[in-house]
Amino acid sequence: MTKLPLPIRVGIICIAAAAIAALAAFGDQTSLRFASRIAIMGLAAVAVDVVLGYAGLVSLGHAAFFGVGAYVTGALALIGHTEGLIVWPVAVGAATLAALVIGALALRTTGVYFIMITLAFAQMFYYGANAMPGLGGADGFRLPFRSTIGGMPLDDPRIFFLLCAFLLIAVLLLARRASFAAFGYTLRAARDDAIRSAASGIENYWLRLAAFTISGAIAGFAGVLSANLTLYIAPSSVLSWHLSAELLVMVILGMAGTLYGAVVGAAIFLTLVEIISHYTDFWAMYVGIAVIARVLLIRDGLLVALRRLVTT
Amino acid sequence: MTAPLLTTRGVCKRLGGLLVSDDISIDIKAGELRAIIGPNGAGKSTLLNQIGGQLTPNAGTITFDGTDITSLPVQDRARLGIGRTFQVPKIFPSFAAVDNPAIGVLGRRHHTFGMWTHVRKLGDLGAQANAALAAVGITDKRYAHTELLSHGDRRLVEIATALAGKPRLLLLDEPMAGLGRDESLRMSALLKTLKGGAAIVMVEHDMDAVFSLADTVTVLAHGKVIASGQPEAIRNDPQVRLSYLGADDDA
Repeated sequence: MTKLPLPIRVGIICIAAAAIAALAAFGDQTSLRFASRIAIMGLAAVAVDVVLGYAGLVSLGHAAFFGVGAYVTGALALIGHTEGLIVWPVAVGAATLAALVIGALALRTTGVYFIMITLAFAQMFYYGANAMPGLGGADGFRLPFRSTIGGMPLDDPRIFFLLCAFLLIAVLLLARRASFAAFGYTLRAARDDAIRSAASGIENYWLRLAAFTISGAIAGFAGVLSANLTLYIAPSSVLSWHLSAELLVMVILGMAGTLYGAVVGAAIFLTLVEIISHYTDFWAMYVGIAVIARVLLIRDGLLVALRRLVTT
Repeated sequence: MTAPLLTTRGVCKRLGGLLVSDDISIDIKAGELRAIIGPNGAGKSTLLNQIGGQLTPNAGTITFDGTDITSLPVQDRARLGIGRTFQVPKIFPSFAAVDNPAIGVLGRRHHTFGMWTHVRKLGDLGAQANAALAAVGITDKRYAHTELLSHGDRRLVEIATALAGKPRLLLLDEPMAGLGRDESLRMSALLKTLKGGAAIVMVEHDMDAVFSLADTVTVLAHGKVIASGQPEAIRNDPQVRLSYLGADDDA
């Protein structure tokens, strides 16, 4: 476990708190939307980090869970169900179920086979959504309404942003708690050496399946929020394998195995894309260069580099 | 006479076209230290892997304490009380030394899905992990990063991890391999202290260690048991000398 010294942790928490407060107080619609997007993608990246950083498995299929969350939210909105207290648990439940089934099959394999199987399942969802004319097929569809929470509308971007930030922080804290409990401990042991952990009586398969399912639930939740942010869903935006890959890039940019590194990575990634795409259509190339630079120059991740700066 | 702790009956294992275990039937009594010796490729590690569950036999049965474990998964055997170490020490490199035996304790208790309580606050988990490190004599390296430990210390950490599972049968695959002279002596002394607790099945090439520690020695060659008995008897068995110990008289 990468542990950061107290000053950095306090610093990160202060910066995050200040940013949230500043946005809530002075943010205009554009910046609030952008910040909501960072919180939502950060949430999805946290989901990926649970699997990548703690279980040590590379999943190229998390777009499926994100997409299921978004699509169920959208489909229910189309038929007039917008109460979040009902719709959101249903959508997250659907994503959780998808993760349970896909995980149960994919976790029979490891390494590159695991990557390919998760990718294959996600592509099935992608083409499945393409083939559903009722939901706009490849063109996708607009959501007629945003969800409400207990009848309260979420149309105010300020309220929506605060909700996203609150949910992200809640998930982060819960996931961190679990990472220091027996679950996170034994999960990392299975990542370090699966043969050794089995020889010590650890149920590697069930442990990984639990982590994968929880991760799918978190990704699905991010999908639910994403549908409410953009009010537009298409296979290419919420189910494409590019999304799965971008989430991996965010986690690696920040630092796998730290959870909040995933959020930092998501913020950096989305900000880079936002800035660079103003100047050129080839933004992906420059983001790619940034990722390569990050991996080559600061091998342990941005947060660990920061720690070194502080402690030396 | 009490029933043996572990029995194998007619165990056969084919790997590729090769019969690596050929009709192996052995009995291990509670508390005994059994050494398994034999030339390279005799099937010693393969036999250990079948007892530990890393491999499943093609034929035959393995019984542990009255339970047929022939096709039981590794982790279930571990919780029944079969602990082990590997030829190249397997450890959890990203953990501190003391967290390795802690995993052994969690595994034995089948406590892996707790998501709320911090491991440091899990009752006597820390005390048990420390006790396991103390049993192998590396308490001073408790907080060392496992990845940075020497080969010998890694092996001790792995034994501590196995001990933390409170095994009734401990499988040691070449505990002396790769150790320097001092480390070997230290390991011999450690194995002596462990003797009489859990039954130990030890695959080993270091004959000094084998003949000074073992209660019984079983000799394998080409997947078959060619001899089994007291160390003295084995040392003087002409067939064993021919096939393994070599022609030179002081082997």
